[in-house]
Amino acid sequence: MSAPSKDDLIDFIYEEARMLDDGRFDEWLDLWTPHGIYWMPLEYDQQDENLVTSLLHEDFFMIKLRVERFKGERTFSQKPKTRCHHVIQRPFVDRLDVDAGEFVTHTAFHYVETRLDDQTLLAANARHDLVLVDGKLKIKRKRVDLLNSDAAFGNIQMFL
Amino acid sequence: MSRHANDRSAIAALVRPTEVHRDIYIDEDVFQLEMKHLFANCWVFVGHDSQTPNKGDYFTTEIGTQPVIMVRHSDDEIYVLHNRCPHKGTKIAIDRAGNTGKFFRCPYHAWSFKTNGCLLAIPLRKGYKDTGLEESESVKGMAPVGAVKNYRGFVFARLAPEGVSFEDFFGSSLSSIDNMVDRSPAGRLEVAGPPLRYMHRCNWKMLVENQTDTCHPMVAHESSAGTAIKLWEEMEKPEGTKKPMAMEVIAPFMSSYEFFENMGIRTWPNGHGHTGVHHSIHSDYSAIPGYFEQMCEAYGEDRAREILGENRHNTVYFPNIMIKGPIQQLRLFKPISANKTLVESYIYRLVDAPDMLLQRTAMYNRLINAPTSMVGHDDLEMYERAQEGLHSDGLEWVNVQRLYQPGESFEQEAIENGTTERQMRNQFDAWTKYMTMTMDEAAR
Ligand code: FES
Ligand SMILES: [Fe+2]
Repeated sequence: MSAPSKDDLIDFIYEEARMLDDGRFDEWLDLWTPHGIYWMPLEYDQQDENLVTSLLHEDFFMIKLRVERFKGERTFSQKPKTRCHHVIQRPFVDRLDVDAGEFVTHTAFHYVETRLDDQTLLAANARHDLVLVDGKLKIKRKRVDLLNSDAAFGNIQMFL
Repeated sequence: MSRHANDRSAIAALVRPTEVHRDIYIDEDVFQLEMKHLFANCWVFVGHDSQTPNKGDYFTTEIGTQPVIMVRHSDDEIYVLHNRCPHKGTKIAIDRAGNTGKFFRCPYHAWSFKTNGCLLAIPLRKGYKDTGLEESESVKGMAPVGAVKNYRGFVFARLAPEGVSFEDFFGSSLSSIDNMVDRSPAGRLEVAGPPLRYMHRCNWKMLVENQTDTCHPMVAHESSAGTAIKLWEEMEKPEGTKKPMAMEVIAPFMSSYEFFENMGIRTWPNGHGHTGVHHSIHSDYSAIPGYFEQMCEAYGEDRAREILGENRHNTVYFPNIMIKGPIQQLRLFKPISANKTLVESYIYRLVDAPDMLLQRTAMYNRLINAPTSMVGHDDLEMYERAQEGLHSDGLEWVNVQRLYQPGESFEQEAIENGTTERQMRNQFDAWTKYMTMTMDEAAR
């Protein structure tokens, strides 16, 4: 892919959500650049990612750790395993700059996580910063803003 | 009919030297008695004064299950008021924080109050003429709590108007707060952002007990910390690669039993205590450039070494907070019902210290205490399983016997092997004391 089209970007976002729902985590890890950052702020409109707390602010090593942990024999909070489900709106393509190699999408979605008798529904917006690596789109940065990021949650165990 | 009446000996009978009755965790009547007695008689953490830096700044929270407002009055003092209108009970403030100006105004009928709670005005006051309003409780305004103490920025309150003094309640345990504050070259802390909020479907005491439970990390956290170590070791990296900050934070959770045995536990009277007497899981963090120099300048080298040499891990202040001096963090375990607890995890900036320290603090908080944190998932899973398991009629008592010594007394400070459950027994000793302090013997 030399110059991704708007549709390519939109398809990428849909495919990512599908991989998460299907539990195809190794494929999903492949979507990231080695310096990717996954961020879930705690505050509405949070700007600072380092000096105040976030729900999540992780580099690729930590993202891989989460995937590894899901598979672990002694991961008791994943016995039985959590399942998740994304319903996403058609992503907006906010930036498509082939020359600069910068692609930004905005996606509104509903996310459901379920384990045993519990089911949690979260509403969120995701901003993806994508780049081309060897002709393939990769995630450089993903920011997920929960609509109620300041509410008190129980465990949120999967990726949004 | 209530299973547990307001009866001193019945409540005391729920705690034995080496075990406690399961009703302490699962019984709603016991919970109500805790709110009425235990949380009223103890000095309970309210907030940090940097949450209300200016006159009129307020912050809403709960002491036990009682809604209160912490507010800075025009004389710069911090007041803690019941968040209840003396007219018909409406909560005065709903926002988690804000500035109210010179007075609070009730949104229902516009009675207004000074920021120390005193009644300021009632619309159409003449409607109360000759009604004897002056004799009513309402005319006094928003009720203050029994007593308030601001200790080096940490605000504590006692709901009961009379009882044990702040100094008697905490004694030498205040050394942990001192150490956390002294780590700032300016001798001051500031709250950094809102707390992480994490809902736990279990009893609040399980969380407090877990703060000095050193026999669970290598077991319960194998999934997170153990996997992290494994991944790091498997990674191809150049010889001598420095461990990233996240690894420094998470890896020590897998320390050996021996490590935790040797780190020691200190207990103080009234249910306070801490792990990490000799070293802790925070001891081996990398130095932050420039920080030691700043500390030497502020305190002199000997004193700076002394302050930074303390590596207390978790300090429990009975009944419901834990602080971590070396990482500038406070966790508040807010009881909601017998089987529900809200955990708020705050972080503080060491005033004048390098930002990188705060960066580590924020990282620690989200890696360990967020509802999205793997380490938090490990712990919560155990609490919730315990809360469910305790409903089994197979056994009625919970064991807290590890390294028990017959005739144990909690009147004196003591240092023991780091895997003792003595601090849990200390908490239950204090639990009985403050629960029954204002109870009567049942009339039989
Ligand atoms: S309830 Fe507050 S003024 Fe009436
Ligand atoms: Fe733990």
